[in-house]
Amino acid sequence: MAGQLLEVHDLHTQFFTRDGVVHAVDGVSFELAAGETLGIVGESGCGKSVTALSLMRLIPQPPGKIVQGSIIFDGADVLKMDDDEVRGIRGNNIAMIFQDPMTSLNPVLTISRQITEALELHLKMDKAEARKRTVELLDLVGIPSAKKRMDDYPHQFSGGMRQRVMIAMALSCNPKLILADEPTTALDVTIQAQILELLKGLAKEFRTAFILITHDLGVVAGMTQRIHVMYAGKIVEKADTGELFANPKMPYTWGLLRSIPRLDERRKSKLLPIEGLPPDLIAPPPGCRFEPRCQYRRDICREKEPALEHIPNAKPDHEARCWGTQQGGWLVDIDWRKEVGDTRIIEEIKQEVAQLPPEPKAGDVPPPPTAL
Amino acid sequence: MAVTTPTKPADPDYVRLRSTATVDSGKNLLDVKALKMHFPLTQGIIFQRQVGAVRAVDGIDFFVEKGETLGLVGESGCGKSTTGRAILQLYKPTAGAVLFDGVELTKLGGEAMRKMRRRMQMIFQDPYASLNPRMTVGNIIGEPLEVHDLARGKEKTERVQELLRVVGLNPYFTNRYPHEFSGGQRQRIGIARALAVEPEFIVCDEPISALDVSIQAQVINLLEELQDRFKLTYLFIAHDLSVVRHISDRVAVMYLGKIVELADRVDLYERPLHPYSQALLSAVPIPDPAVESKRKRIILTGDVPSPVNPPSGCRFHTRCWKAQQICSEVDPEFIEHEPRHWAACHFPGA
Repeated sequence: MAGQLLEVHDLHTQFFTRDGVVHAVDGVSFELAAGETLGIVGESGCGKSVTALSLMRLIPQPPGKIVQGSIIFDGADVLKMDDDEVRGIRGNNIAMIFQDPMTSLNPVLTISRQITEALELHLKMDKAEARKRTVELLDLVGIPSAKKRMDDYPHQFSGGMRQRVMIAMALSCNPKLILADEPTTALDVTIQAQILELLKGLAKEFRTAFILITHDLGVVAGMTQRIHVMYAGKIVEKADTGELFANPKMPYTWGLLRSIPRLDERRKSKLLPIEGLPPDLIAPPPGCRFEPRCQYRRDICREKEPALEHIPNAKPDHEARCWGTQQGGWLVDIDWRKEVGDTRIIEEIKQEVAQLPPEPKAGDVPPPPTAL
Repeated sequence: MAVTTPTKPADPDYVRLRSTATVDSGKNLLDVKALKMHFPLTQGIIFQRQVGAVRAVDGIDFFVEKGETLGLVGESGCGKSTTGRAILQLYKPTAGAVLFDGVELTKLGGEAMRKMRRRMQMIFQDPYASLNPRMTVGNIIGEPLEVHDLARGKEKTERVQELLRVVGLNPYFTNRYPHEFSGGQRQRIGIARALAVEPEFIVCDEPISALDVSIQAQVINLLEELQDRFKLTYLFIAHDLSVVRHISDRVAVMYLGKIVELADRVDLYERPLHPYSQALLSAVPIPDPAVESKRKRIILTGDVPSPVNPPSGCRFHTRCWKAQQICSEVDPEFIEHEPRHWAACHFPGA
């Protein structure tokens, strides 16, 4: 596959613990083109964060180790690089935004010190230049009076502001790829909306490729072009964002969609929880990893592990790791909305959207302020 | 360890549990009037003098009807948890009245309050912090039974097992310790503990926000089932608006220590009157790209101001796109704009 920015092939990351080997990431493969946005969705412990850390070679070692696979970034294999080469990529070509802005900033260094460090190191700027650029970056992410605040310490910023600082830091060296690991999970909804809007605008402006890792299907719905659903260390379904929500095929994805209430829920319908717990990744089930919790399982699911394969009658790049969705499988022709009791049809949704309250008109009141 | 589904065992088991249940509809179980909860800020080491106060809750009025679920939403720091705790008298309110079933709680003390506590319980957010790691599950759930002198010895053990079954856990788990359970199971233990004293009213303080997505639905369904069966009244505190819409009959929106809007579930979500409610609702992402692409977001600027020194007039005016001169001068009253739909705003509506 030429022209891809990132190609991950058969990545296996394991943690060697006292209790045994944890197969945190178990054969993950995906590609990402320049400027593309990809969402990785899954519950905690499904290996989505470990995947991101593996891409940056940030897995603590020991106990962790990338035991197999290749990560081709911009034509070079990250896993074959020596430490200096990796350092040249980290923060420079691939940047990361972490979940918790409270702990991922250094509390004893000023904001400006933390941003200029990368600029001086990677872009070889001198101090004055780096400071100038820092002000620009902080302005860009919407920090008011950036010049005055850049010499403050992280504790003087609120959670949302700290996340903006993190984003400024990630953008500082014009990376080709940004990994955002649950960037809004620690934030309130109105702040989350600010940050998502900011990320969306920046991705468009700089044509940066994005990998957005989250457990919240709502967040990826509006942010990404493609989505990979992960479960127990493996990708279990991949599709275009529109296709995944319109025509999800894997029962785990159904479970994720139907176990959370929607804000635009019509009537009080009972939630359909996924029963049971995710499997122990030291000794995962031999067959399909979702089989113990799956309502649609058959004997074959317990015996043999399915491969990630294209789903018949679905869009060409829609794949699932499920025996039921393979050629002739029992889930291929099931309409998920009927199956899981969601009786809303697309037309209904469209009508509802049309009925949303109109925005305040520009004439009588000032327009809603925007984040940027 | 597999989680068992919350099954519905034969109801006769629970007749004893709920023998005192009386349903008197049309009466408020809880009335909160002008409730204020300020936490003093002090300076000085030996002679502490008060230099200010965190006005966590600053004059709120609402009521909860018997058998309903009132959802209380707001962002972190808006005072929703403090409200829950002040109602249960876990904090001594600075001012105002809390009437539970007609009894003024803020004036009660000692034994009388202890007796009232039996009728109201709390489910906490963090199932990892709210269970004593040195106590067995049996002791955790049995303790309230002993404190309130409801059961001892063999009877207590039976009741504990009964409660475990009610919340969908194996009744033979009584000798295990909290660390042996997953987050969702621990939350069930917390729920069983709250149910032990046969309360009428339960404050659920973010009961699912520490849980994984697929486990959240299990706990929400359990809470709904228990409400139906035991005729419970909930005050459901959460920051997740979708969950609150799902579980509540009525919803109150809090901002910086005040309730800004209170209405029936459908009214609030379909026709929010207060700009803050509108912004809050528009900020929630919906898991559907078809809907998301057409939605217009109202993005609020800035952060929530400090409750130590809240803005003058309407507290939301610093972030409100509708704000006029009057908003920074006069604090809007909490008025019933439509039947059963209250809002505190000078310019309510779309």
